[in-house]
Amino acid sequence: MAVLVNKDSKVIVQGFTGKEGTFHAGQMIEFGTNVVGGVTPGKGGQKHLDRPVFNTVADAVKETGADVTIIFVPPAFAADAVMEAADAGIGVIITITEGIPVQDMVKVKTYLADKDVRMVGPNCPGVITADGAKVGIMPGFIFKKGNIGIISKSGTLTYEAADQVVKAGLGVTTAIGVGGDPIIGTTPLDAVKLLMEDDETKGIVLIGEIGGDLEVKAARWIKENSTKPVVGFIAGETAPTGRTMGHAGAIVGGAEDTAQAKKAIMRECGIHVVDSPAAIGGKMAEVIK
Amino acid sequence: MNLHEYQAKELMKKHGAKIQEGIMVETADDAVVAAKKLTEETGTGWHVIKAQVHAGGRGKGGGVKLAKNLDEVKSISNDILGMQLITPQTSAEGKLVRKILVAQDVYYPGEVDPKEYYISLLMDRSSGRNVFIYSTEGGMDIETVAEETPHLVQKEFIDPALGLQGFQLRKIAFNLGLSGAAFKDMTKFLYSVYNSYIKSDASMIEINPCLKTSDNQIMAVDGKISIDDNALYRQKDLAEMRDLLEEDPTEVEADKVGLNYVKLDGNVGCMVNGAGLAMATMDMIKLSGGEPANFLDVGGTANAERVEIAFRLILKDPNVKAILVNIFGGIVRCDRVAQGIVDAYKSIGEIPVPIIVRLQGTNAEEAQVIIKESGLKVESAIILEEAAQKVKAVLA
Repeated sequence: MAVLVNKDSKVIVQGFTGKEGTFHAGQMIEFGTNVVGGVTPGKGGQKHLDRPVFNTVADAVKETGADVTIIFVPPAFAADAVMEAADAGIGVIITITEGIPVQDMVKVKTYLADKDVRMVGPNCPGVITADGAKVGIMPGFIFKKGNIGIISKSGTLTYEAADQVVKAGLGVTTAIGVGGDPIIGTTPLDAVKLLMEDDETKGIVLIGEIGGDLEVKAARWIKENSTKPVVGFIAGETAPTGRTMGHAGAIVGGAEDTAQAKKAIMRECGIHVVDSPAAIGGKMAEVIK
Repeated sequence: MNLHEYQAKELMKKHGAKIQEGIMVETADDAVVAAKKLTEETGTGWHVIKAQVHAGGRGKGGGVKLAKNLDEVKSISNDILGMQLITPQTSAEGKLVRKILVAQDVYYPGEVDPKEYYISLLMDRSSGRNVFIYSTEGGMDIETVAEETPHLVQKEFIDPALGLQGFQLRKIAFNLGLSGAAFKDMTKFLYSVYNSYIKSDASMIEINPCLKTSDNQIMAVDGKISIDDNALYRQKDLAEMRDLLEEDPTEVEADKVGLNYVKLDGNVGCMVNGAGLAMATMDMIKLSGGEPANFLDVGGTANAERVEIAFRLILKDPNVKAILVNIFGGIVRCDRVAQGIVDAYKSIGEIPVPIIVRLQGTNAEEAQVIIKESGLKVESAIILEEAAQKVKAVLA
């Protein structure tokens, strides 16, 4: 069944008529994603990519029954766009935008807390279900259908993992890019729970990086509840302390958020951790038998 | 983005916090003028001369000294200005001191003994909330305090919807063992720190030490503030405070053209698309027997121009013995990147170190043909493991 998005998802694009929104909406439609329209305030009533444009998310939901949104709105307005989508009753909000101020996300997290909504991202490549729907910016052709779920904080490293998993003869169910910011909507733990409950997914690849304790929380849950093999990798063993490595959240603050510390805990929790990013696919093929 | 101590204190003062007063200067003569002015304004007899560099532990490296008269102000300022300050947080060669803060002496004797506290405010990633961290053990390394006496480090989480509440201010001040005038002053101080933090989009404010003076005033003796880079577009005054001289010149140059570069100490340079893959590539270099010389994310548009700039940045580092280019082409087509590499190579002329190019994803095979037919001394790979093996071979 895969998780979060599938071929029946009715997807709208926020920031639809902008450069990024236009390009990636086109790519998503080409992949076969059911894009039912988009939102750009002030351009309601127009057509774009042969689909209707709405002024508000509420209008889009009313007219199209949209249940998933993907956000390409610039950083200064992105937090507002997330709250608008949640207010309109969208169930899955996928936020691609990179560079949202962290205090804006503190507010968003509080706003979403008591709503029945799942946000993925921000600063993420999105979510893709093989042979179903691509709601993101990843190259769709890499994600060949199979039975491995992928969770990752990083874009190209997700593609790398998917490519290796496919080349190992396994293929992908759903890949979830959770994002590399200090505050993210769907944590690795949330994503692990989703994929663990998915019948189609037989194994999980969990890719993290330095900074924070989200992988550790996922690992502790896996130790108690896992029913499937999990292969893990943490990027940034060679990253220096106190420096941000590209992603706003990728920074070593203390002894507990280094790659070494996270990998040690993941191993203790029964995750098959690889030290080389080149060994992800091979390790999964080995442990899934 | 990090602020200097003098900038951090000015910012807190603007929001109502008491600070150890001081004047930033760049020459010893100006230091003497500043010292006289401080004596007139605050009545201070002695002065503290403090090196202004972006690194903690300045006192340990000899970057903070007490001057008991104007002659000492001059001689100590002369000593500190221009020195290579080495602290536990700098590299082995230290940091050149270009600015000093001439500050009033706030440890004067009086009715009670002065007492130091630790106060910081930051975003707690685990809860997604802002949190005050505080301790009665001020003036010490807080990580050490947390490790050895964890019960002496306390936290107060702030509800994002409601903001900081009065009872929380009182709770912190009482927990720090304060009473009377000092208690009142601390609640005001904390509220000012909170306002400084929220209104400037700070990601962290640390005051260590925060001092209770001998006449029961609460003030910041040191101050460290980091501003969220993502919020600088709406914090223009603060963005102007950025001191580029405190940053690595190659990193500043990279930043100007939108490349994300961090200088490291190793011998293998790397150029990668995507931050996560870039870190993973650095790790792979180490597993192959090398050490990464840098982190470099070229982003989504790895065209000839950017690739050339990236090569030139990497080659500035004389320690680089090899370069690994690792691109996973998605939307970016590998054949275009390959052509970019060939063009960049030709434009630079001779590149004196071996280059391993790994291109995978969209049009990877076509890319390999372009690299091979170019006749350049470039090793090509498609599979990541293959690239790792080639790095190993080059270093052997």
